[in-house]
Amino acid sequence: MSSTMDSGADSGAGPNARAAVGRRAFLAGSATAAAAAAAAAILVSGGAILCPREAWGYETKALAPDTMRSLVRMARDIYPHDRLPDRVYAVAMKVQDEAAASDAKLKEMYEAGMAKLDKLAKAKHATPYADVGWEADRVRLLHEMEADPFFQKVRGGLVTGIYNNKEVWPLFGYEGESAAKGGYIDRGFNDIEWL
Amino acid sequence: MAAKFDLNDDSVVVIVGSGAGGGTLGTQLALKGIKTVILEAGARHEMEDFQNDEWASFTQISWLDPRTTSGSWRVAKDFPNLPAWIVKAVGGSTIHWAGASLRFQPHEFKTRTTYGDIPGANLLDWPVTLEEMDPWYAKAEDRMGVTRTNGIPGLPGNNNFKVMKAGADKMGYKECHTGRMAINSQERDNRGGCQQIGFCFQGCKSGAKWSTLIAEIPKGEETGKLEVRPNSQVLKIEHDPRGKVTGVVYADKDGTMQRQKARIVAVAGNSIESPRLLLNSASSMFPDGLANSSGQVGKNYMRHMTGSVYGMFDKPVRMYRGTTMAGVVKDEARHDPSRGFVGGYEMETLSLGLPFMAAFLDPGSWGREFTSALDGYDRMAGMWLVGEDMPQETNRVTLHSEMKDKYGLPIPDVHFDDHPNDIAMRNHAYRQGSALYESVGAIRTFPTPPYPSTHNLGTNRMSEKPRDGVVNKWGQAHDVANLFVSDGSQFTTGASENPTLTIVALALRQADYIADQMSKNAI
Repeated sequence: MSSTMDSGADSGAGPNARAAVGRRAFLAGSATAAAAAAAAAILVSGGAILCPREAWGYETKALAPDTMRSLVRMARDIYPHDRLPDRVYAVAMKVQDEAAASDAKLKEMYEAGMAKLDKLAKAKHATPYADVGWEADRVRLLHEMEADPFFQKVRGGLVTGIYNNKEVWPLFGYEGESAAKGGYIDRGFNDIEWL
Repeated sequence: MAAKFDLNDDSVVVIVGSGAGGGTLGTQLALKGIKTVILEAGARHEMEDFQNDEWASFTQISWLDPRTTSGSWRVAKDFPNLPAWIVKAVGGSTIHWAGASLRFQPHEFKTRTTYGDIPGANLLDWPVTLEEMDPWYAKAEDRMGVTRTNGIPGLPGNNNFKVMKAGADKMGYKECHTGRMAINSQERDNRGGCQQIGFCFQGCKSGAKWSTLIAEIPKGEETGKLEVRPNSQVLKIEHDPRGKVTGVVYADKDGTMQRQKARIVAVAGNSIESPRLLLNSASSMFPDGLANSSGQVGKNYMRHMTGSVYGMFDKPVRMYRGTTMAGVVKDEARHDPSRGFVGGYEMETLSLGLPFMAAFLDPGSWGREFTSALDGYDRMAGMWLVGEDMPQETNRVTLHSEMKDKYGLPIPDVHFDDHPNDIAMRNHAYRQGSALYESVGAIRTFPTPPYPSTHNLGTNRMSEKPRDGVVNKWGQAHDVANLFVSDGSQFTTGASENPTLTIVALALRQADYIADQMSKNAI
């Protein structure tokens, strides 16, 4: 899986992606806009979602950008790691968006699932899921959805989408491949000192 | 060099599978000058091809053909199509195994006598004793280069072991060391010493770990008497009107059906595929499946009482560095019913990389309890708990009533329920493992459920009497003189030790028996 999120240059996407990058650059340059975005760190613009704070944008392939934005929120709520940037969750959901692009039933599962989650959120908090302020409230909503195939699909995909992303390994102190470096025989296999 | 035998050569021994049982038996027969063909369902990867990458390696070497599960075991819920985590490749699950090579204890060959009548358990004494097996264990240990035998030093302890050892000392455990491992601690048998790479489960890239792929089969091929055909999945064993087997039908690499004639057939496809093959070989003469007059084929499936405990500390451990199974505590392996269960268990260090830790620590779990555990990944130490589980007739491999594989044959279903003894033992092991880590400062411990089975045993069990099992003390089918079982499916009971050393010892012993019987024209 490529963990390269960005847009135009990497994905070779068309004009819309360029526009997204353009807006990203604009927003990233605006301290006020970035600060205003803190409550909603990810914005929707045209066919893309934008994260000014982290300076990336992603043009969705199948899912409505609003759905994608909510899914990224949901991804963090399912596997919350405060030290991981939104980008990691967006990368993980990108895989699922791409799968939905060639599977109409899957696309419908995401759209309908998120619509259901939003409905629950509006009934309880008068706001869509992604804008419910407290994680604990959002998690309670997710628990109501836990048995739903939609929830299990999102969660299952995240297990590899997040934790098999080599970019995040160093953040967890996992060093990955070691044979090419000669293993750990001279690199600390027994270096524990605190025992 | 490697032999090439004709499909119509009915003087060859055909072995189904190239793992610990089949790969060892085939090599040993070839070394004795006996013409042998090993048919291996998987591909031949060499050690340079192995990957230090858990998911990529999983996709590369695992047995991923469709299977179903049933029963109350948690694997059926979390991994409904992956009952077992085993390998489809030349070398079989010796590619994946951790290397722990422990002999059984004397009482583990006599469980019915020692444990008595345990309700729900189909216990039976082995038709073999430890005294009888000791010389074969000795040969296997020498062959595999097991540390702490034959003057071979133990492996050095890594960080994960050091935590285990410190905790074992605090607990008052007396038998904790870096194990008896078929991993070279120094150069031996033209293979180098362990480089502490980690990733033992993904195929050893240095060759320090014994596997039939690198340490047996090439020696067999050198004799000119052994041919290994990869990508060759055996679908049926055929027999003549007298009830002797005559050969096998297999799908070759192109999916084309081939018929290899044989003087003798030995089945070593691991404990799910081996009984499946016998059941799929049913005929008018053997309507319940080949070698199944006892009705025991596929029954008594065992997978060891397993579980893991991970302990989280406030300082780094980096358990993934170095040998995956880097040490053992043996004190709980004894039979001591005062603990509330019969049999015993080993505590062996284990580590998973971050990707597999996320998948296996608590499958299906989410939220901050789970992610805060993973946040401490580099501060974790881990151990696997592996103990004797009870054979139960209802734990079994059966042919699926509807689902077929790509060759049109019924796929296997694996049904498993824990026996109350298994549950009592697991709970005890969780408590002891957690206490061990807490004794050296663990701030949290995680009782981790069993992974998909790596030790698959018992589905073609050995018995003295034909009515109690499938094969005799030599692994020879009670019903068919020239049909053998050569893998862990012949285990009468599972013992608490990792099974590979015993599989290899049985294969070496079986090779002698087969050679003897052939020379006498008895088979």
